[in-house]
Amino acid sequence: MENKQNTPVLEVDGLSVSFRMYDTADRAFQQKNLQVITDLSMCVHAGEVLAVAGSSGSGKSLLASAILGILPDNAVAEGSMRYQGQELTPELQRKLRGTEIALVPQSVDFLDPLMRVGAQTKGNRRAHIFRRLGLPEETVRCYPFQLSGGMARRVLVSTALITDARLIIADEPTPGMSLDQALEALRSFREIADAGKAVILITHDIDLAFAFADRIAVFYAGMTVETARAEDFRAGAEALRHPYSKALWRALPQNGFEPIAGFQPYADNLPEGCPFAPRCSSRSPRCERELPPVRALRGGEVRCFYAHGRPEETCQYTLTDARRGE
Amino acid sequence: MLLKRFALYLIRVISLLFAVSIISFALVSASPVDPVQQYMMGIGPVSDEQRSEIEAYWGVDRPPAERYWSWISALLHGDFGVSLLYRRPVIEIISERFRNSLALMMCAWVFSGIIGYSLGCVMGMNRNRWQDKIIRKLCYLLGSVPTFWLGLVFLMVFAVMLGWFPVGFSTPIGMRDSEVTIWQRLHHLVLPAFTLSLMSFSNTALHTRQKMIDVMNSEYVLFARARGEGRWMLFWRHGLRNTVLPAVTLQFASFAELFGGSVLAENVFSYPGLGSAVAAAGLNSDVPLLLGITLFSTLFVCVGNMTANLLYGIIDPKIREVRQ
Repeated sequence: MENKQNTPVLEVDGLSVSFRMYDTADRAFQQKNLQVITDLSMCVHAGEVLAVAGSSGSGKSLLASAILGILPDNAVAEGSMRYQGQELTPELQRKLRGTEIALVPQSVDFLDPLMRVGAQTKGNRRAHIFRRLGLPEETVRCYPFQLSGGMARRVLVSTALITDARLIIADEPTPGMSLDQALEALRSFREIADAGKAVILITHDIDLAFAFADRIAVFYAGMTVETARAEDFRAGAEALRHPYSKALWRALPQNGFEPIAGFQPYADNLPEGCPFAPRCSSRSPRCERELPPVRALRGGEVRCFYAHGRPEETCQYTLTDARRGE
Repeated sequence: MLLKRFALYLIRVISLLFAVSIISFALVSASPVDPVQQYMMGIGPVSDEQRSEIEAYWGVDRPPAERYWSWISALLHGDFGVSLLYRRPVIEIISERFRNSLALMMCAWVFSGIIGYSLGCVMGMNRNRWQDKIIRKLCYLLGSVPTFWLGLVFLMVFAVMLGWFPVGFSTPIGMRDSEVTIWQRLHHLVLPAFTLSLMSFSNTALHTRQKMIDVMNSEYVLFARARGEGRWMLFWRHGLRNTVLPAVTLQFASFAELFGGSVLAENVFSYPGLGSAVAAAGLNSDVPLLLGITLFSTLFVCVGNMTANLLYGIIDPKIREVRQ
């Protein structure tokens, strides 16, 4: 029983996603691979909300497609993904899509514009779910363009709730929403998780994320640089491990609104060592040469040579622990 | 609301017809076409005095504005004049010829619509695979081949060499109109209709292909895939629904090309339709018939465009529901 509890619903280990591209600058049309996600590791358990946070361009939106196996034809995913301990093969992905794993997309554009809402939210539990989300019954007869922003959001959430999915992936659910709407949306995800499902919240809204998530995976230039408990984010920069997470925290309006210099490197232009090194104040020559591995630290994980912590390292929900349990 | 739109459209059609009548009348007046000469060719040798009498009777010497006025006022009373070539009222010829042409054009239209749309779907769903590559090249080829040439090739292959279809006309030669069966008419229709439809299907096919690719790359199809819909389901639920509307619009808007194509196809196959009549009228200076057909074809194209407009309002929920 204990063991089953500890098996994560989804475990992603060293995921990379790259695109086959033709370099138009090259006259020979040489094919090259553009690696958008370099090394992403995370895991999410039943009853838990995991936020995957990073700025735009960090490659996080492809994560949902990679998990569901619906990447574009010219994209290749490598690395290991396991769903309830089972290797996620393309066959398994096909079986789980829409039944065990559900996606909550970003905007109303993800609904067929020429289909009524009813035809796109089929299921026995629709009436119940709609009532719970405060959607009027007439909504089923509306076309997507007739929905208000808030209604559209709730319809999108309902598509996931109508299924029996154990894993729900919400891709950027908050942009374009008022604060109230965003809070409402995140609250609904919190409720989903509290009902025993696992939720992955892909977002750049780190502020809202740590208010509702249990853990946060910070994503930078295609790799996870830190996984931390939400309390660490609430506690402040000192409790965080990676210089980028600390910088993110300090850049929040209520925490000083301090930006750091530089840009996130583009996917085809990653530095040899740590991708954050060029912007990092505590970098050393080693950081520029060598990519730091992910290591456990203070109940979280970090990808930095110089992150330090107090020795009490206990967390039941880390990758390393999950692996140790096997 | 629909009635108001319809009335508005009617006003636009009438003003367009009016403008077309002025322009075509002016063009014919300015051209070297000489209706008097054509008329005299029909009645045998004429002396110079008789010729000037005819000219005076017809009012050739009067100013163009006055001539236009007498023509247009007769037109408004339903009198399109008498064809110089066929010696029968223009309106009679148009209605008779149009019935033949309508059969031809509608067959070609339906055929090109169905074939074009299905091939477009096949290409769009199989982008860059062999099906797409082959059909696309075929479309480019047929899109750039002139209709009359294709008609000649078909005539050579299917009518002369294989003998499957008649060489021309809409009915068998030497038979009374009342004795001709529907099958014989269809038999005569096949080759010209096929030629005509080949002209416009590549257009519909290539447009549908692009639209289908757009739909398959859309966010709603990505979401549908995330919800476990397979290829066939995606096509059935989202592909068809979202590509049929532009295809239908395109098909109705192609009435002008259809009419233009029928002129060529009917001439190659000696098919007695409006298209061959307009060519004959032009070559033989039959001014009343030429102007009559010009106005009629304008109306025909307008009806096509209007139907597309009205259909859009009925099919597209974005327009329909907002209006309600």
